[in-house]
Amino acid sequence: MDIHAAALLGAGLAYGLAAIGPGIGIGIVAGNAVQAMVRQPEMAGQVRATMFLGIAFTEALALFGLLLFFILFGQA
Amino acid sequence: MILAQIVQVPSDINEMFDWPAILPFGINRVVLLMFLAAIVTFLFLYLPFRTPRIVPTKLQVAAEAAVEFVKKDIGRDIIGPESVNYEWLLIPMFFWILFLNILEVTPFINFPPTSRMAIPAFMAVFVYVVFLFVGMKKHGLRYLFRTVVPEGVPKALLVLVTPIEIISVFFIRPISLAVRLFANMLAGHIMLTVFFLTSAAYFVLSPKLLAFPIPFAFAVAITGFEIFVGVLQAFIFTLLTAVYIESSIHLEH
Repeated sequence: MDIHAAALLGAGLAYGLAAIGPGIGIGIVAGNAVQAMVRQPEMAGQVRATMFLGIAFTEALALFGLLLFFILFGQA
Repeated sequence: MILAQIVQVPSDINEMFDWPAILPFGINRVVLLMFLAAIVTFLFLYLPFRTPRIVPTKLQVAAEAAVEFVKKDIGRDIIGPESVNYEWLLIPMFFWILFLNILEVTPFINFPPTSRMAIPAFMAVFVYVVFLFVGMKKHGLRYLFRTVVPEGVPKALLVLVTPIEIISVFFIRPISLAVRLFANMLAGHIMLTVFFLTSAAYFVLSPKLLAFPIPFAFAVAITGFEIFVGVLQAFIFTLLTAVYIESSIHLEH
């Protein structure tokens, strides 16, 4: 396998693998936020802000994978 | 001439990453859009509050509601009563990033300047300097010590906790703050480009196939989604700025 093929393969794998963990994580965050909102509707606003905060932290990992995709794609 | 440069259509997709300068001092289209967003932000925050009325105009109602949202939901809810000292940072930052993001779906412009790394990176460095300065001013060098050696952690665990805290607070924080905004807007812009270009190519190359409505419908749906993402990313950037400032003020957690 030459270096360009390896870079392309790595680019695809980098984003694909980086999307797994944050996908599961955002699902857990949003699911638990929905549970909290249903149990205490009066706290819904605060729960929603905290949920977006948690999603932002989780999502950053997937975005690092996306950047890695562009870096490796540029190498190919 | 400048207006024509702002609304120009790039000849290929590589111009998204490599934009030529059109004016002295390396001013290119992205910088012009940045100035445009800054002017819009200034007018949005200046005109309605120059002569406030008892019976507000429409613009004043919108501006008051939006500014109150930043003051309360981002400032007071996160930082607490001391948020008054940091509103000079939070309010213009929120609206500037918001208008920069909304340029992504503005007709004839269709380019979010935040999808160039320079702007989010500079904002993140600015936020980094601000929250370090706030912590050092309030607690002195004890701020640095308490950040890397949190209170109540057993001594044996410090071998593990201190390097993690150093990396996460002083390196990952500014990088992830910049990358989050940048990569979100870049991904959205690429998605819109791909779907609109696909529908245009189907329409031009094989109009009898009648396949062009499918990617076009996706593109319209994603345009709506990108408005949501633009507002959300401006909110999250400002919210995280508030969270970092709060963690510098209150050391105990």
